[in-house]
Amino acid sequence: MPSIKLPRHVGDAVVWLVLLTMPYWMQYVHGYTELASRIIVAGLAAMALNFLLGYTGVLSFGHAAYFGLGAYGVGMTLRYLVPSTGLGMLVGILVGTVAAALIGPLIARLRGVYFAMVTIAFGQVFYFIAFRWNSVTGGDDGLTGWRRLPIDFGIGTLDIAGNDKAFYYFALAIFALCVGAMALLLRSPFGRTLLAIRENERRARFLGIPVDRHIWMSWVISCFFVSVAGTLYALINNFVDPRALRWDQSGNFVIMAVLGGMRSFWGPLIGAAIFVALQDYVSSETENWMSFIGLFFVLVVLFFPRGILGMIRARRAA
Amino acid sequence: MTQLVLFNVFNGLIIGAFYALMALGLSLIMNLSGVINFAHGGFLAIGAYIAYMLMPYVGFWGGLLLAPVLTAAIGLVVERVLIRRLYGRDPLYSLLLTFGLAFMLEDGTRYIWGAQSLPYQVPAILTTPLSRDYFFLTGYRVFMVVLVALVVGALFVILNHTRLGMRIRAGTLDLETVSVLGVNVRLLRNLNFGLGIYLAGLAGVLAAGMLGLQPTIGSSLIMPSFVAIIVGGLGSLPGTLLGGLLIGVASGVTTVFVPSASEAVMYVMMGLVLLVRPRGLLGEEGRF
Repeated sequence: MPSIKLPRHVGDAVVWLVLLTMPYWMQYVHGYTELASRIIVAGLAAMALNFLLGYTGVLSFGHAAYFGLGAYGVGMTLRYLVPSTGLGMLVGILVGTVAAALIGPLIARLRGVYFAMVTIAFGQVFYFIAFRWNSVTGGDDGLTGWRRLPIDFGIGTLDIAGNDKAFYYFALAIFALCVGAMALLLRSPFGRTLLAIRENERRARFLGIPVDRHIWMSWVISCFFVSVAGTLYALINNFVDPRALRWDQSGNFVIMAVLGGMRSFWGPLIGAAIFVALQDYVSSETENWMSFIGLFFVLVVLFFPRGILGMIRARRAA
Repeated sequence: MTQLVLFNVFNGLIIGAFYALMALGLSLIMNLSGVINFAHGGFLAIGAYIAYMLMPYVGFWGGLLLAPVLTAAIGLVVERVLIRRLYGRDPLYSLLLTFGLAFMLEDGTRYIWGAQSLPYQVPAILTTPLSRDYFFLTGYRVFMVVLVALVVGALFVILNHTRLGMRIRAGTLDLETVSVLGVNVRLLRNLNFGLGIYLAGLAGVLAAGMLGLQPTIGSSLIMPSFVAIIVGGLGSLPGTLLGGLLIGVASGVTTVFVPSASEAVMYVMMGLVLLVRPRGLLGEEGRF
């Protein structure tokens, strides 16, 4: 059968159609609206990571830290400072991004395995702070005593607190903004420069591109979007605990990106959908879900290293 | 006060010895094969539990001898079956694979031996304090430090004076040339992986005697080992050793003054090293 080459926009349209209708058909595939929200939040985090991983070619294994900082930022603002979801999110995003911007110069010079190791280790700093600083963060038990609140837009109030579907569409709107911004960035000269660095760093350097500074910028942009995802994650649960910023969470984001396909724009979202659904299913079926997730990692690496979209593309090219 | 400080410095030294033992194994594997072995902590736990199982048959000393060897044997098989396929590919894949493996090992030990802590009996000669004033100098702790020192010394002798060790070091610098010279690089990497896992298994047996057995025994040691490698300098084994001891003692000393910052201090040290000397204390320039 001759393969039919679809125009690019058809793929985009399908993705958006699926996302827009998800809360209405999730129940028929044993899902629920909150699971749909989890999928787009994890998808946003994985796509944000992929901005660095797939499009800049830099291996970060510590993104959970900035995800968790976003989550703690919104939680602590709502708990201690002001009862405003919007303001809380701003604080969360700011905290995550500033932390990334400060750590950035220390790691932008490093490459490959070394970059990965240092990002992992730095990620642990925030985990320990959240874990140890009991009186403020709630320590191992997590940060409780706060809830997401309805958002007042002036012209009307969006009840994201009581209505799961309202929250889903709120999260989807933010997801759309972030994804649109990432797509624009990748199409801009800046984005093309990142691709050039990924393909051949030495040549990019010879062309006079300040490589380290570009990697730093890509890192900060990526962490910015990850902390946006982190704030949404905290709002889904009305709860944050240190596991949100531990290294296994970082690994989850990486496997989502790899599973879906690092070299494709939507790949990480597909990977996130599969991973979140699988985790939800396995952890409700067995206590030993960790073994299954671990086995899943091993199988993906051995059999799907290019990811689902990468495989489809390769088959089409063949 | 001096006693308290001494106590914590000594404690830090012991913890540092653990970090160093773990980190040396990690370093060996990373230098030759470019693989960050996330599952190293899992192998440590396996070493500890194997020693626990062997205890009724061969006693403490037998376990100390046999368990690390058996752990290394498991490591050889894992390298053969899984890790080997990923050499030469993006380090991302070996990272993810060992990451998954770490999950499986931790969950597997929990499934087999239970989540609760198990006691690990150390012979009576080793548990008595050596001196009344310095109560913390129990035989076991001194024994551990001495043993780790001996093993690390032996490791450096192996690396510097045996054919295998020299090949490992040469391979770290230029694997292709070593291969062209007729060395079986597959076997070399296999043995090197086993050597690294042996160190993890040994650390496991020793840790079991000090902390008791629990499935998470390894995962709490893996992050400090990463920090030890970064502080000491990627690619340098003496650096790794130094890094491990340094952060161990630093966190021991910090415990005296600000107990809650005992973990944070090693990350602060890492930040400082990266700021001032990105290649690490004894790392070679331009290697990474």
